[in-house]
Amino acid sequence: MANLSLKKNEMPVQKADVRNKNFNEVALGYTEEQAVAEAERCLSCKNKPCITGCPVAINIPAFIEKVRERNFEGAYEILIKSSSLPAVCGRVCPQENQCEAKCVRGIKGEPVAIGRLERFVADYHMAHSKNQPEKSKSNGHKVAVIGSGPSGLTCAGELAKMGYDVTIFEALHLAGGVLVYGIPEFRLPKEIVRKEIENLKSLGVNVLTNMVIGKVLSIDELLNEEGFDAVYIGTGAGLPRFMEIPGENLNGVYSANEFLTRTNLMKAYIENSDTPIKKSKNVAVVGGGNVAMDAARCAKRLGAENVYIIYRRSLEEMPARKEEVEHAGEEGIIFKILTNPTEILNDGTGFVGGIKCTEMELGEPDISGRRRPIEKKNSEFTLEVDCVIMSIGTSPNPLIRNTTKGLDTNEKGCIITSDRRGITSREGVFAGGDAVTGAATVILAMGAGKDAALAIDDYIKNK
Amino acid sequence: MYKIVKKQILNEYVTLMEIDAPFVAKKAKAGQFIILRVDENGERIPLTIADYNREKGTITIIFQIVGATTAKLNEKKEGEYICDFAGPLGTPSETEGFKKVAVIAGGVGSAIAYPTAKQLHMDGAIVHAVAGFRNKNLVILEEEFKSCCDKFIVMTDDGSYGEKGLVTDALKKLIESGEKYDRVIAIGPLVMMKFVCKLTKEYDIKTIVSMNPVMIDGTGMCGGCRLTVGGKTKFACVDGPDFDGHQVDFDEAIARSGIYKDFERQSHEHICNLLKEQKN
Repeated sequence: MANLSLKKNEMPVQKADVRNKNFNEVALGYTEEQAVAEAERCLSCKNKPCITGCPVAINIPAFIEKVRERNFEGAYEILIKSSSLPAVCGRVCPQENQCEAKCVRGIKGEPVAIGRLERFVADYHMAHSKNQPEKSKSNGHKVAVIGSGPSGLTCAGELAKMGYDVTIFEALHLAGGVLVYGIPEFRLPKEIVRKEIENLKSLGVNVLTNMVIGKVLSIDELLNEEGFDAVYIGTGAGLPRFMEIPGENLNGVYSANEFLTRTNLMKAYIENSDTPIKKSKNVAVVGGGNVAMDAARCAKRLGAENVYIIYRRSLEEMPARKEEVEHAGEEGIIFKILTNPTEILNDGTGFVGGIKCTEMELGEPDISGRRRPIEKKNSEFTLEVDCVIMSIGTSPNPLIRNTTKGLDTNEKGCIITSDRRGITSREGVFAGGDAVTGAATVILAMGAGKDAALAIDDYIKNK
Repeated sequence: MYKIVKKQILNEYVTLMEIDAPFVAKKAKAGQFIILRVDENGERIPLTIADYNREKGTITIIFQIVGATTAKLNEKKEGEYICDFAGPLGTPSETEGFKKVAVIAGGVGSAIAYPTAKQLHMDGAIVHAVAGFRNKNLVILEEEFKSCCDKFIVMTDDGSYGEKGLVTDALKKLIESGEKYDRVIAIGPLVMMKFVCKLTKEYDIKTIVSMNPVMIDGTGMCGGCRLTVGGKTKFACVDGPDFDGHQVDFDEAIARSGIYKDFERQSHEHICNLLKEQKN
């Protein structure tokens, strides 16, 4: 008998006024009982609309059925067939726009908590399984994967399972890309990422850190001198944008990338880290995406008294996940919506002293379909802050496109691919994730890595 | 892990290390830099490549002990390892096609100026170098400069070696005596570079400076190294580190260089105390 409750089983979380002072994970995950009870809400309907909502087409009803049967390892086997990073996706996927948006239980009441169940199963496996994945028999072909974010890790994993000899080249000192430098510990514990990468290594994937491709080796050298049959570019969109308003180069103005990298990758929040971060009292984060929420919540945890999110449209248009916005609100982040910064003020010593803003109102929809914000006359005001974090988007890094002849990119610097399988204008060179789409989600990047692995296999087999 | 194959103390504050990094050595050019991390909890710091040996696969770095990281690095011995070493980063210096160039170096900036002077010399330019130090004990790389420069002048603040005065005094004298430079290259403290640029602007000699701001990744990702050049924001890590000195907003760069001064001093003291305790 299905559980007919209209509401999802709540997932335990750390209390807001406790968690906003530590970097431990906010959500604590289901217990076995909670997971089984939630699994019982699935109707195992015939059409399985949830699968069509998943960018990597996980057989969702099948894994949920295994949870219902308390066969958690069986559920994991089903997950891992389609997703190489289930513990990550269960935490950071925007399920409300994907699988859960399609769930029939969502028509009347809340959908099945597919994301929470995915996370439960992946965590159960990590805690209980002793089996390391085994190395496939080598087919003798070498593939280079550039970047070790979600897209590169997925592509590498898929190829390794097919028997390819895969080497990942990572520019930073630690593998994981945005999963380690961007997404904070309290949303995605780094231990999980580390274990996922260990799994890849036991599949035979070779991970080389400190290798900035485009500088230390070019794509052409990888193909012509280092003996790789194909290259996958999964270098993401790591170049920060600034607003180009006065005062942006004052001390205390950070790109979200810099602020998050100092905090997460370099562990500036831990006492014994050598990496400094400015301790601030009042922080303004400009932007309304998930990255802005992450930055604001990090700033709060680092001890700021007041943290503002400054966003020029309304809450409705905010691109961040609803859950992230809610979590931020609970933790005491102050939302200054319909507000646009015009200038960052100098405190007289070269540091940030305040941020000048104007109020906005919404006009007609623009090309994005969202209502265009228009400045309200005579609405200027100043917010007293000593730190400003710019979180208004990122674009792909030009290092590779500037050093690879014949690799076509568009006006935004994104690599152009001929189809969703990541085929670029250069033979033997494939690309996917944010490097192709511009800043998007972890799961879309993973989907692209998976599709490209199939395309790379086709290409090498038919060469 | 990257092995320290050679360590040499150049003076009380400045150390040279040759690091085994064959991939970096294969590509390195004058003017580029590397980013290193000494140990697991270490920060990432940029250091300009002082020299490279493609056959041996090594990169030479020369660093001044200013903060916790450089103090820790200086504790490492020959034969030991450092955790991370990535490069070559940044755009190489322009060294071809010049007739006569003046290379102006200040303090540990000499370590960066030397490979550029050497490359200019190899590319056929007449090279005049002026290097300034606080006093005689701090003079470094004198022989190296002499080996690639047609003229080499040492300036000290207190006159304890070479001539007494600032590097700008020497440069002004050279220009006034009729030397025609088609390029001046200034590498050293921000204030020194600012005043070299002020001087060369009067004589309308194009001047290139090497900027060394705070940075994390060195690949354009953090934007911490941004500076204003000709009214536009540039990233030193990918657009530089070399820039047209007459276009650089030095006052802003000087202000930005001070952001972590307090933290640096504290953590440097902390490390020094730890090291003292270990030794006792």
